[in-house]
Amino acid sequence: MSAFRLEVRNTVKDSRGKTRLNRLKADGYKVEAVWTADLYTINKEFSPDEKEKIGIMLTNPIFEVFSVDKLTAPQDFDYVIETGFLPGVTDNVGHTAREGIEDLLHVKFDTPNENVHSSVITYLKGGLSREDVQVIAESLVNPLIQRINVKSKEAFEKDGMEIVVPKVSISEKSGADEVNLDISDEALIKLGKLGIENEDGTRRGPLALRLSYLKVIQDYFKKEGRKPTDVEIESIAQTWSEHCKHTIFRDPMDEIKDGIYKHYIKAATNKIRQDKGDKDFCVSVFTDNSGGIVFDEDHIITDKAETHNSPSALDPFGGAVTGIVGVNRDTLGFGMGAKPIINRYGYCFGNPQDKTPLYRGKDKTNKALTPRQIMDGVVLGVNAGGNQSGIPCPQGWAYFEDRYRGKPLVFVGTIGLMPNEINGKPSWEKGAKSGDKIVNIGGYVGMDGIHGATFSSEALDTGSPVTAVQIGDPITQKKLSDAIAKEARDKGLYNSITDNGAGGISCSVAEMAKECGGCEVELEKVKTKYANLSPWQIWISESQERMTLAVPPEKLDQFMDLMKRRGVEAYTMGTFTDSGRCKVTFHGETVMDLDMEFLHEGLPREQQHTTYTRPKHKVPDFECPKNLSETLKKMLARNNLCSYEYISIQYDHEVQASSCIKPLHGKGRVNGPASVTVPLLGKRRGIVASQGINPRYSDLDTYHMAACAIDTAIRNAVSVGGNIDHMALMDNFCWCSSNEAERLGQLKEAARACYEVTTAMGTPFISGKDSMFNDFSGFDENGNPVKISVPPTLLVSSIGVIEDVNHCQTMDNKLAGDLLYIIGETKNELGGSEYFHMHDKIGATVPEVDTKLALDRYKRFYKACQKDLMSSTASVSLGGLGIALSKMAIAGRLGMEIDLRKVPAIDVKRDDYLLFSESQMRFTVTVDPNKKADFEKRMPDAKLIGKVRDDQKFVITGLGGKTIIDASVSDLETSYKKTFKDY
Amino acid sequence: MAKPKALILSGYGINCEEETAYAFQKYGANPEIVHVNDLIDGLKKFEDYQILAIPGGFAYGDDTGAGKAMANRIANNLREAVLKFVQKDKLAIGICNGFQVLTALGLAPALDDQYGERQSGLMANDNNRYTCRWVHLKTGSKKCVWTKGVERLYIPIAHGEGYFYMPEEKVKELQTNDQVVFTYTKEDGSPAGGEYPYNPNGSILDIAGICDGSGRVLGLMPHPERHLFFHNHPDFTLLKEKYLREDEALPQEGEGGKVFKNAVNYFSG
Repeated sequence: MSAFRLEVRNTVKDSRGKTRLNRLKADGYKVEAVWTADLYTINKEFSPDEKEKIGIMLTNPIFEVFSVDKLTAPQDFDYVIETGFLPGVTDNVGHTAREGIEDLLHVKFDTPNENVHSSVITYLKGGLSREDVQVIAESLVNPLIQRINVKSKEAFEKDGMEIVVPKVSISEKSGADEVNLDISDEALIKLGKLGIENEDGTRRGPLALRLSYLKVIQDYFKKEGRKPTDVEIESIAQTWSEHCKHTIFRDPMDEIKDGIYKHYIKAATNKIRQDKGDKDFCVSVFTDNSGGIVFDEDHIITDKAETHNSPSALDPFGGAVTGIVGVNRDTLGFGMGAKPIINRYGYCFGNPQDKTPLYRGKDKTNKALTPRQIMDGVVLGVNAGGNQSGIPCPQGWAYFEDRYRGKPLVFVGTIGLMPNEINGKPSWEKGAKSGDKIVNIGGYVGMDGIHGATFSSEALDTGSPVTAVQIGDPITQKKLSDAIAKEARDKGLYNSITDNGAGGISCSVAEMAKECGGCEVELEKVKTKYANLSPWQIWISESQERMTLAVPPEKLDQFMDLMKRRGVEAYTMGTFTDSGRCKVTFHGETVMDLDMEFLHEGLPREQQHTTYTRPKHKVPDFECPKNLSETLKKMLARNNLCSYEYISIQYDHEVQASSCIKPLHGKGRVNGPASVTVPLLGKRRGIVASQGINPRYSDLDTYHMAACAIDTAIRNAVSVGGNIDHMALMDNFCWCSSNEAERLGQLKEAARACYEVTTAMGTPFISGKDSMFNDFSGFDENGNPVKISVPPTLLVSSIGVIEDVNHCQTMDNKLAGDLLYIIGETKNELGGSEYFHMHDKIGATVPEVDTKLALDRYKRFYKACQKDLMSSTASVSLGGLGIALSKMAIAGRLGMEIDLRKVPAIDVKRDDYLLFSESQMRFTVTVDPNKKADFEKRMPDAKLIGKVRDDQKFVITGLGGKTIIDASVSDLETSYKKTFKDY
Repeated sequence: MAKPKALILSGYGINCEEETAYAFQKYGANPEIVHVNDLIDGLKKFEDYQILAIPGGFAYGDDTGAGKAMANRIANNLREAVLKFVQKDKLAIGICNGFQVLTALGLAPALDDQYGERQSGLMANDNNRYTCRWVHLKTGSKKCVWTKGVERLYIPIAHGEGYFYMPEEKVKELQTNDQVVFTYTKEDGSPAGGEYPYNPNGSILDIAGICDGSGRVLGLMPHPERHLFFHNHPDFTLLKEKYLREDEALPQEGEGGKVFKNAVNYFSG
């Protein structure tokens, strides 16, 4: 077959070339010019006339031209680079071009043998060495999924650019293999760690099965009287993975026999629901893909947050796309299917300015991506996934710290909306029935994402499987999402639905089969991207954008017809049963036949033992800086405190027309702590969403780290007008080295805080997720082994409901003359603070939360919001009072005068400590002078500390009565915005 | 007078169909969300509607160029029907991705009545990055049906390819024919002059929206359907303070609704 190549290039303005040129110049290369063009490699016979038609279709003649089988190099260049995809990698542009050609010429591509493949060609001119160009080329791609071809001008003019058709070829192999478990413990441990052995002695990749688990599996098959198949072992490994079963949270831990999840997290929610009585707003908690709470009389809202840390470390863009699009499916897979209405994100990265290389292999092999590369890829990935899905993303944050440079944390969350009744039944209930057809919708299955679940249950090291990388295709999912949530659901065409996430169909089908008691899957019916995949690979592949449904036979035709008309791939792959068995066949051969009870409940619990010695750190001994104006500006420019507007504005936060409180506050555009969304057009009932995270407090005490994360999430929501009486939470634990007693001790304390703080505040956890091995093992540039573990991190997300968004408030100073108050005491709590970190110190006293005081304050604050008593409201958090006040001024572009002597404080004797202590439970607010009396009556804990000026001066009087800060608001704004200005 | 029926196109990644339908309904039309495949399959027909809206979104993920693949889908299957529709006394609007589709189909500007001929296009933003922010617009066209009585608008954009482009001599014709409907301005209403962020994408002559020669077919990058309520306004908390202190009631509506109201009025007037 002869493939041909089509070139499309912009003749008016090559923005991509310009962007690349600027980036390369910023990276210090002596590049003078960059040109780019798109290439389509079309692997199918067409006549010259047809090729011409295809060219016309793929070109916008107003500013583009095409040419067939001829590359249009610029007159004067030095090097050329082609970047394309590796075989088997999802190529969305190629896919769309193929569909267009099929539609245009009424032909059908015989995929995968015939296909369209996209690539980009980049010409460079400048004083570059061949080595420079190689490095530049590598920086344009991710070698795990993309290929590069670099040529000098001479070589290009001599040979041109070879046409490359990326095709997967896997040698044919029949059926399933048997796995021998009658082996030594040592061999079992190796099996668990490295995976099943292939004929050639290589291993298939981690099963992440502990020895105790393998022993139980051994026993089971002894009783069955046969050897297991590879399909069965892989399937059990997926289902029992830390990622899917949260074994560490389930295991008995010290004296806590029922495990910390049941004992602390779930117990807290149960207690809160009981305490609330008929005011309980929880609808569905912990049992489904998301958690659900009451929104109004007719609707419920759902919430879920996921992490996609390991995939994002290897392929930041793909990991982030599949992360955000994957958590959207947790919404679609809730109950009968909720509509995604809000996305949010949270990123923990290494400092992007840090260029210190890390390697996964010895001798500088297998280089890890730099924090900047990871950050750029992840930010862009959520951009692509979220924007293309048409889901507003009004809220998120980025946090930077050295210990995330080995493995970033990428949190992605989605809130959904659904009527509480569909076709006369509660919408959150579902159940596959025996006899229902097992139907898959969405994408095809490939090798991508194999061992995702087990791989994320292990630390990242040299052996991390590259096939664990997943590529997203948001539009394939958007089509299925619309077909389900906007059509099939309300027509009652299915009985149950769930997401294919970790573990692929091995987990989703087996999980749904619990609803009716069994299943029979015919694996050969699963549509694959290419031939000759082994049955175990088909069964556990995590290829993206797929969901599994239980469709009653009498509705199958109608369901299939609808999917076809909506351009959604759908096929049946078996039947749900009540046999008590999870049975899988492949071309008639039984490759799996497991007892359902064993598969789901067979994993043994292992007693976990913990220790925890709280570290002691010295009280720092540096002196209060002389020039606090400069100190404040330095603080404002810190990675963790400065503007990340460049992220906020590349995520569409206005789609669905539901936006109220947005990611940026005021004319000065300051990143806010919470968002407010009005999901039902024409109403004013709102959803308040916020998050809280304080990883550095873990260096002192994980109990208080967790308590502060919860208080921060709640306080941030309350600060914009949130109601603590109708507010639920989610927990995302991202721990490290969770096989060490000390780390587990830290975990246990954090979980205890979750119980104590949420039960006191009355804010139930409704869903959550954990990721327990966020460690990097590799080498530095001198070949020395390094292990980098993330600080124990807990993200707490809040979701709440308010009746009328018109009572919401933002942080920007509104009008000159308004009175400035602080609510809450400032203590000597700088341990783990940004300020001490700036001085390379940890400090001794971490912020603590007084839940009783906080609850009372937050309830009164909400009532004051309802009365519109405050004209601007800020949550005092990272960076403390100095940062909160600066942000109010920058956001409102109005100056302030502040007297620190009036700030209620306990034991704080220094101006810098008062400005930068991170004591919790505090707000700063401004008040219309006419509302002073009413406000002070309702908020007796508010103290008047200054006022809003009518000019641009930001002036603070210190404890000694002298002016300690005298700055202009525009200077503060410059400091606040300069760090990521060119990102 | 019966409510005008509005066909709100959906499918393949269009994603603003619900709020666009809501906007038409709020101002008195009778909207129906119709999947492009239902038109191709003949289950729905253009002729049953008075208004055609191609909403914003990410049809085909912008792959091969924003709007291109959806325009091809329509051109390959529905070309005659859609050309017939816009040349009758009916209204059409393309917003954002819908504008990209509209220009690729040649439904606007259609200079010299050349409906179906591609005369303009939307290129990648100057900064080559998807951008979401609010923009100030000034309306210029007297003939455009959709903007009667609208002088300025404050509504958001959200796009990666919004740089409006036409060859120079053609743009002049567009101006002469009074077909430039919206231009980006600074906050005070003065021309953006190509300056970011006022002109957020680099569009020539700050053009944000255009119409056909009849004024009935409008295409624009910004989203009027995203500012239907007071609480959508980025500064609503500041405006609220001012209203409260003046002892005035808070407004209910946002600025974008006027565009939809004009469309409905066209049929009742």
